[in-house]
Amino acid sequence: MIELGQAALAASLLTAIFAAGAAIYGAISGDRRWVDSSRRAVYAMAALTTTSVVVLEAAFLRDDFSFSVVASHSSTTTPTIYKLTAMWSSQEGSLLLWAWVLSLAASAVLYLTRRRHRELVPWATAVLAGLGTFFIALMLFKAHPFHQLSPAPAEGQGLTPLLRNWAMVIHPPMLYTGYVMLSVPFAFAIAALIIRKLDASWLRTTRRFALAAWTFLATGLLLGAFWSYNELGWGGYWAWDPVENAALMPWLITTAYLHSIMVQERRGMLKVWNVSLICGAFVLALLGTFLVRSGILESIHAFGASTVGTPLLVLIGLVAIGSTLLIASRVDDLRPERRIDSLLSRESIFLVNNLLLVGMTLIILWGTLFPIISDVVGEERNFAEPLFNQLTRPLAVLLVLFTGVGPLIAWGKLSGTALRRMFLWPAAAAAAAALVLRLVTDAADNPWALVLFAFAAFTLVALGQELWRAGASRRSLTGESFARAFPRAVSRNRRRYGGYVAHAGLVVLLVGVAASSSFQTNRDLRLNVGESAQVGDYTVTYESFSADPETERIAFNAVLDVDKGGEDYALLAPARNYYPTMDPSVGPLGRYFEGEATSEIGLKSGAGSDFWTAFQPDLSTLQPEIERGNTLLADTGAAAQGIAILALTEEYAKSPPPATFRVIVNPLVAWVWIGALVALAGAAFAIWPTAEARRRVRAAYEAKLGRELKRA
Amino acid sequence: MEFLLALAIIVLVAAFVTVPLRRRAGWGEGDPFEAERAELDARKQVKYREIRDAEADRASGKLSEEDFARLDRELRAEAIAILRRLDKLDRDEESRRPAG
Amino acid sequence: MDPVRKRKIRLVVALSAAVLLAAGLVYTSFSASTEAREPSEVIGSGSGETYDLTGKVVPGTIERTDEKLDFRISDRDGSDALPVTYTGTVPDPFRDGREVIVTGKLEGGTFVAEHDSLITKCPSKFQDEAEADPEHVIIE
Repeated sequence: MIELGQAALAASLLTAIFAAGAAIYGAISGDRRWVDSSRRAVYAMAALTTTSVVVLEAAFLRDDFSFSVVASHSSTTTPTIYKLTAMWSSQEGSLLLWAWVLSLAASAVLYLTRRRHRELVPWATAVLAGLGTFFIALMLFKAHPFHQLSPAPAEGQGLTPLLRNWAMVIHPPMLYTGYVMLSVPFAFAIAALIIRKLDASWLRTTRRFALAAWTFLATGLLLGAFWSYNELGWGGYWAWDPVENAALMPWLITTAYLHSIMVQERRGMLKVWNVSLICGAFVLALLGTFLVRSGILESIHAFGASTVGTPLLVLIGLVAIGSTLLIASRVDDLRPERRIDSLLSRESIFLVNNLLLVGMTLIILWGTLFPIISDVVGEERNFAEPLFNQLTRPLAVLLVLFTGVGPLIAWGKLSGTALRRMFLWPAAAAAAAALVLRLVTDAADNPWALVLFAFAAFTLVALGQELWRAGASRRSLTGESFARAFPRAVSRNRRRYGGYVAHAGLVVLLVGVAASSSFQTNRDLRLNVGESAQVGDYTVTYESFSADPETERIAFNAVLDVDKGGEDYALLAPARNYYPTMDPSVGPLGRYFEGEATSEIGLKSGAGSDFWTAFQPDLSTLQPEIERGNTLLADTGAAAQGIAILALTEEYAKSPPPATFRVIVNPLVAWVWIGALVALAGAAFAIWPTAEARRRVRAAYEAKLGRELKRA
Repeated sequence: MEFLLALAIIVLVAAFVTVPLRRRAGWGEGDPFEAERAELDARKQVKYREIRDAEADRASGKLSEEDFARLDRELRAEAIAILRRLDKLDRDEESRRPAG
Repeated sequence: MDPVRKRKIRLVVALSAAVLLAAGLVYTSFSASTEAREPSEVIGSGSGETYDLTGKVVPGTIERTDEKLDFRISDRDGSDALPVTYTGTVPDPFRDGREVIVTGKLEGGTFVAEHDSLITKCPSKFQDEAEADPEHVIIE
C-alpha cells in the first residue's frame, strides 16, 4: 500500500508540472487543445492526491505502523475518529492536506470556468499547478509522508492528548481549506495582471472562492478559540499566539478584500488596491503555514531544524516579490475609471474600513514578528498580550462604528441633506446604550468597552433598520404583507443582506470579547473536600473527589457545587486527565503521571455570564509513593504496575489533599460564540447562489442559443 | 514494485490527459467574442442593480431628490453606453461570420 | 483648486499620517515590550529588573508545594539552569522539556515569577518537538 501512495504522489507531481507547462504553452500559442489538456491534468492531479490521502487514511485506520507517520501520530488504543484525523497533526500529513485541497479547489474552479474566460484560465491554471508542484515536491523530497519503517514497530506513539477534542479534529482542515481557497482568486489576479485584462471579470469569477475562504478561515478561528476555552485549562479563547495570529491576518485581509472588490465592481476604482490585497492575503496564508510549520518563532536558532522552512520561505519571497513587480509593471492598466468624488459616500466608508483592517493586520504582523525583528536589531524582546490588546483595541472600536455607518450611506456623490434621518435612530440607540450602561452597570470603569458598547448599539440598530427598510420598501412597492415581502426582498440580494447578518454577528462577537476581557473575575481557590469559598455572587463548594484509572489515561475528577445568591446554580465536574508517557527514565509508576495532562473544565454557560472552572489536583503527596513504587517495581511486568497504580489512586482518592481550582466568571462570553455562528450563517447565506443568478445563467445560454440559431 | 505501479499510473493518467491533444487542431474553437460579451453582460447587470439600488435608496430616504436625479442620470447614461457596445459586438460578429 | 493638485496634497497627507503611525508603532513596541532573556544572560546579573525569562523546563525539576510551583529553566540548548518559583495557573501543555516564558525578577539567585505569568508555547508545534525528541529515535 505504501508503494501505491508514494507512486500516486510521484505521478501527481508529473501531472502538476505538465498542467503548468501545457497551460502556458496553450496560452502563448493559442492552441486550445493544450489548455484543455492542462485542465485534465489538474483533474488527474486531484484524483492522484486523493489516492494518496485515501492510502494514508487507510493506514491510520488499519494501525499500519510501517508508515512512519502512523507510528508517530497514532496507536492501537487511539479512538477511531482520532485515527482518521491524526493525519493532519503531522507535518507530512498537513502538507498532503494542503496539496489535496489545492488540487480539489483548482479542479472546481477550472470546471466552473471550462467554457468561459478563455484568456484568463490558462494563466490561472499555470499558477495553481505551479503551487501544486511546489507542495507535492516539498512532500516528495523533504517531508516524506510515505516514509517506511522496517521492521514496523508493534505500537505507535499515539496522538497528543491535547488534540483529542472535536473542535481540534476539524480546526486544521478548516484553516488549510481557507488558506488554499485564497489561492484561487490569487491565481486569477495574477492571470489578469499577466494578460492585462484588468476589468472586474477576474473578481467576479472568483468572488465566491474568496467568500468561501473567508468562511473557512472564520470557522477555523472560531474552533481554535473554542478549543482553547474548553480544553486548555487557562480559561481564555485568544492569546495572540503566533499560531493564532497566522490565521487571523489572512482573514482580516480577506475581509477588507471582500469589501473593496464591491467598489471596483460598481465604480471601477481601487484596482491596484484589490490586486494588492489578494496577493497580500495569499502571502499571509503562506506565511501562516510557514510560521506554524517552520518553528521559527520558538527561536530563530531552531529554524534550521525544520526541513520545510527554507523552501516555504523561498516560495513566500517569490510570491511576494513576483506579485509586487507584476503589479508595478501594470500600473498603467490599473488606472481607476473614476475617482472618489465625495468623502461622504459608501465607497469612501469602505475605504476607511479597509484601512482599519489593513492597519490592524500590519500591527499584528509587526507584533508577531517582533521577537525576531528585535533579536536581529538588538536583543530579543517579547511583544506581549497586553500590547496587542492596547494597539488593536482602538481600531476594533472604530471598525464597529464604521460597520454601521456604511449601510446608511448611499453610493456615489452625496450632498448630505438626507443623512440626518438615516442616523437618527442608530445615534439615539448609541446614546441610550451608553447612558443606561453608565447608570446601571460599572461599564464606565473601562471607557474603551463603554464606547464599544455604544457603537455596537449604533451599528446593530443601523443594520436592523436596513433590514426592516428592505421589507418595508418592497411592501409599499408590491402591496404584499411585510411577512411575505421581507424574505423575498432579502433573498433577492443575498450578498448584501447575508453581509448585513454577518456584520451583526461580528459586532455581537466583539461585544462579547470586550465584556469578557474587561469585566471578568478570576480567582484561584485552594480547597479541601467539603470546604467552600466565595467568588463574587457565587459560593463554590468542593463536594467530592474520585479517581478513575483507565488504560488510556488516569482521570482525577472533582465535583463542585456552585450556588448563586443562596440558590443552587450548577453542579460542575472538572477533571484532570493524566496520559502515560513512554519515556522509561521517569520510572514504571512515574510514567503514569509524568506524561501529558489535560483539563476537562467544568462550565456553566449562560447568556449573562459563564462560570468556568478548571481543577488542579495536588500530586505532591503521591510523589514519595511513586518513588517507592519505581524502585520496587522496576523489573516487574505491566500487570503488576497496573495493579500498583490502581491501589495508589484508590489510596489517594480516600484522603485527597487540598486541590487548586481556577474559577473564572466571564460575562457575556457566550455571545462570542453566538455572534460567530450568526456571522457564519450570514456568510453562508451570501455564498448561496441566488435564484436571480441562476436565471441569469439560463438567460445567457438562451441568448447564445438564439445567436447560434440565427447563424445556422 | 513501486516503479511498475508508478508506470501503470502514469500510463493511465497520460491516456486521460492527452485526449484533447489527439483531436484535430482547430476543433474546440469557441466564440471569439465570448470574453468581451461576458464582461459586458456582467457590467450591464451591475449597472441595472445600481440603478435599482439608487431607486431604493431614494425611497428609503438615503438619497435626496437632487442627488438621486443626478445619480440616476449618470447611471442611465452609463447603462446606455454598455448596451451600445453590446449591440456593436453583435454587429461585429455578424459581419465576421463566414459567408454561406 | 485643480483636482490634480488636490489629489497630490491628499496623497502627501495620507503618506505622512502613515509614516507617523508607523513610527508610533515602532516606538511603542520597543518601549512597552519586555526584554526576553535566557537563563545564561541572567545568571550573575543584578536583582530588581523585570523581564521575560524564556527557555526550556529542565526535566525532573518540577515540584509542586501547596500553591507554589518550583522548577528550573535552562537555555534552549540545555545549559545554565536557573530556579524559578511561580504561583498561578499552569497551562496544560506545561511539562518537562517544554519551551516556556515567565515574567518576573531575580531575587537572590531565584527567579520569582509574577502571578499567572507562565506561558507555554502553543501545542500546534508538538510535531517539531517530536522530531527533535529522543524518544522518537527509539521507534525509528
